Amino acid sequence: MTADKGVLAGAGRENRGRRMVADKVAEFCLAACAAVSFLAVAAIALYMIQGGMPAIREVGWKEILFGRVWDPVGTSPKFGIRSMIATTLVGTFLAALSAAAVGVLTAVFLAELAGERAAGIVGTTVDLLAGIPSVIYGLLGIYLLNPLMYRLERKIFAGSRTHQFTGGANLLCAVLVLAVMILPTVISVSVSAIRSVSEEVRASSLALGATRMQTIFRAVLPAARSGVAAAVVLGVGRAMGESMAVMLVAGNCVNTPGPFRSVRFLTTAIVSEMGYAQGTHRRMLYALGLVLFALITLVNGVVLGAMKKREVSM
Amino acid sequence: MFVAGLFIRDGKASGDTLAEGGRKERELPGSPGDNGDSRDLAEALAGTLEIAGSTSMEHVTWALAESFMEEYPQVTVTVECIGSSAGIEAVAAERVQIGNTSRALKQGEQELGLVEVPMARDGIAVCVDPANLVKGITREQLGDIYAGRITNWQQLGGRDIPIVVIGREAGSGTRSAFEAYLGLSGQCRYANELDSAGAVLARIASIPGAIGYLSMAEADHGVRTLCLDGVEPCAGHVAEGRYPLARPFVMVAGEEDWEQNVLVRTWFTYVLGTKGQEIIEEIGLAGP
Amino acid sequence: MTGNPYTLHRRQIRPLELFGRAAIYGASSLSVFLLLGILCYIFWRGSRTVNVDFLTSVTSALKQTVGIGGNLVNTLYIAILTLLVAMPVGVGAAVYLDEYMSEGRGKALVEWAIEILAGVPSVVFGLFGMAFFGGVLHMGYSLLNGALTLCCMVLPLVVRNTQEALRAVPAEYRWGALGVGASRWHMVRTVLLPAARPGIVTGMILALGRIVGESAALLFTAGSGRFLPGLGRGIYRDLQALAGKVVCSGGTIAVELYLQMQSGRYEVAFGAACVLLVLVFIMQVLLRAVAGKGRRDE
Repeated sequence: MTADKGVLAGAGRENRGRRMVADKVAEFCLAACAAVSFLAVAAIALYMIQGGMPAIREVGWKEILFGRVWDPVGTSPKFGIRSMIATTLVGTFLAALSAAAVGVLTAVFLAELAGERAAGIVGTTVDLLAGIPSVIYGLLGIYLLNPLMYRLERKIFAGSRTHQFTGGANLLCAVLVLAVMILPTVISVSVSAIRSVSEEVRASSLALGATRMQTIFRAVLPAARSGVAAAVVLGVGRAMGESMAVMLVAGNCVNTPGPFRSVRFLTTAIVSEMGYAQGTHRRMLYALGLVLFALITLVNGVVLGAMKKREVSM
Repeated sequence: MFVAGLFIRDGKASGDTLAEGGRKERELPGSPGDNGDSRDLAEALAGTLEIAGSTSMEHVTWALAESFMEEYPQVTVTVECIGSSAGIEAVAAERVQIGNTSRALKQGEQELGLVEVPMARDGIAVCVDPANLVKGITREQLGDIYAGRITNWQQLGGRDIPIVVIGREAGSGTRSAFEAYLGLSGQCRYANELDSAGAVLARIASIPGAIGYLSMAEADHGVRTLCLDGVEPCAGHVAEGRYPLARPFVMVAGEEDWEQNVLVRTWFTYVLGTKGQEIIEEIGLAGP
Repeated sequence: MTGNPYTLHRRQIRPLELFGRAAIYGASSLSVFLLLGILCYIFWRGSRTVNVDFLTSVTSALKQTVGIGGNLVNTLYIAILTLLVAMPVGVGAAVYLDEYMSEGRGKALVEWAIEILAGVPSVVFGLFGMAFFGGVLHMGYSLLNGALTLCCMVLPLVVRNTQEALRAVPAEYRWGALGVGASRWHMVRTVLLPAARPGIVTGMILALGRIVGESAALLFTAGSGRFLPGLGRGIYRDLQALAGKVVCSGGTIAVELYLQMQSGRYEVAFGAACVLLVLVFIMQVLLRAVAGKGRRDE
């Protein structure tokens, strides 16, 4: 920068001084950015706790977590969210299970069996679909899946006097919507996990006389296990946090989960009742947010654990 | 806490309140108090009026907002259909200027210092899908359906189709009014709980055998309304007091806004004036 | 399977082999059919609704028109506002974390916090935005509130992608720059950030994707307004109207899609879905272009 030392020494020094100042200012600004990011988290955590804790203290966490009845506006309000937690867990678990079964096999096809062009086309489609907003899946669910489900329901429960007909809005429907929603994510993360298995694993398995399928199921998939697990758990996280897509297709009544029963997820409880809630009911919804947050953090912890394990094993 | 009546009419409020200037708007130029040309007033009034509240009032509020904006081109009116309680809460927290509620204020809400302005009367219509053969229903039958004692339309003289019981979410003004009417508060067995009048409408229209309830102004040709105890839900019957499931539509504002905010005052003048009431009638509601 | 599983010459497991193949091909054709089917269906349904009028007009109860023009403007507005705030903060935070902070508890704490933020469901962001920006800071239902809420939501995305990009820059670059006497900030500005640009842009596009598709967090914060600002009254007035829109409520396309589908107006919903898909695809293409360029640069 300073070419002629003799002449520009003074200017250079001054320049350096200014640069030092600029450096300090920049560092300060960057530190501020980091602080803002941290504060955002702190503020959210604080607000959720401030909003939800009074309700939890008021009603008692045992009553909330294990209570069966959700009647927030009755003369003696009840705030049991057991069935909502059960629905959230069962719903996301089933969705993840079906998405994993189909998704991992598709990933195997893309990574191991498909020709380069087929893999390219399908891979691009999958990546595109991973970015689709979840409301769109909800739209398809309510428009296409619900009527089909109602027909099925009427076939299965024809003549039943005890079954409450839901018009097709039930847990099964929500599970299907969630499964399709997380399918692209599961596929694309699993593909990269399978591709990252070193060529030697395949080569040695094949050299031992194993068939292609044996190689895939006995050698490649076990080697990619933790990556595939991470993909599935990632999907679980997305499914658990989803609200808009499942609200309308699940029927939204607080019931113990059953395939043809109208059910409510934790997320949808917040979205659907926030508008009209007040007092303890309102604080309770913040408490629901806290519970949801805790569940998702738990799942996230599992993801991170799986990732770490993967790094160690590699 | 007081209930304001129809003491301002025809777009002209008394001068001293208008001259005070609003919280969010610029002061009006000139002195609008001395019965100045109302056209100038309409041109000069500027700012944003935010309304939030009941989903049952969605139609009527949008329609009023649009025609208001045509009358006062410099004004933007925004409408958020987030629910009665949330609307009241939003006014109390000064997030919006006007809250819509489809029920009277509750005990706790009355202490917030809000002004209630009933702007229309609504009937809650009981609706079924258009193919349903049942034309009317009694209060007892309705109670049996919502308590889960009647589960098939055959039991009411209809076809052999299971009844899909649809309702609103806990906390909804429509739901509490409906359940109170049936004497089934908190005991209804719903198959679908939806969080807006539009969603209930869409669901009834798409499910054969469905039954649900919503504001009569929201019900359209996609569903059929049932006569309740022999009375058809329509503006005329609600106005005469013959339809049993009627309730007020109320707009609330903060006391300070109500007294001093030009925009809020103009809005209420407009809504309660001839033009506003014409729109309310057109939508299918009865006057307050 | 019986006998020694390690025998080389046992080939009697044909049924299993067949089953494996059938499962793989069955599952992949199911996924492909499902996913391609979804795309085609939405485009087919949407193409019946989408036209110039639909894109430029505003849904009106009085005029009986249907359109998402206002929502389109709101979406752009929120996207730009959010990125304007989230990008500098996110990139700055990442640079500070990676280049200034020493390894230790402080850094781990901040990184852990950002990791947590990434896992927060969007409803919770909505609750927070409504209470904090809307209530405490008196923003009400406004585009500004929505944008700030979304900032919190996309921040982890930006920070993480920037960090990854920074880590991919070889250490020699830093030594070289510092060695010839550049100050640290100078080094960051002229060497690191340009080298990490593809990664940063990737983070930006991913953030954009989330912003465009978000509905739950926006419903409680930005609201659902759908009017266009009254334009065409002179540049000064127009700019004023546009600036004034920041404090107005405004629903993005995804929010409008949700509201329309909830009310059973499926034609409009599919139209909005179609527009949303096209937007997402444009972003994906951009993403690929950037990622491809990044690879070529190396």
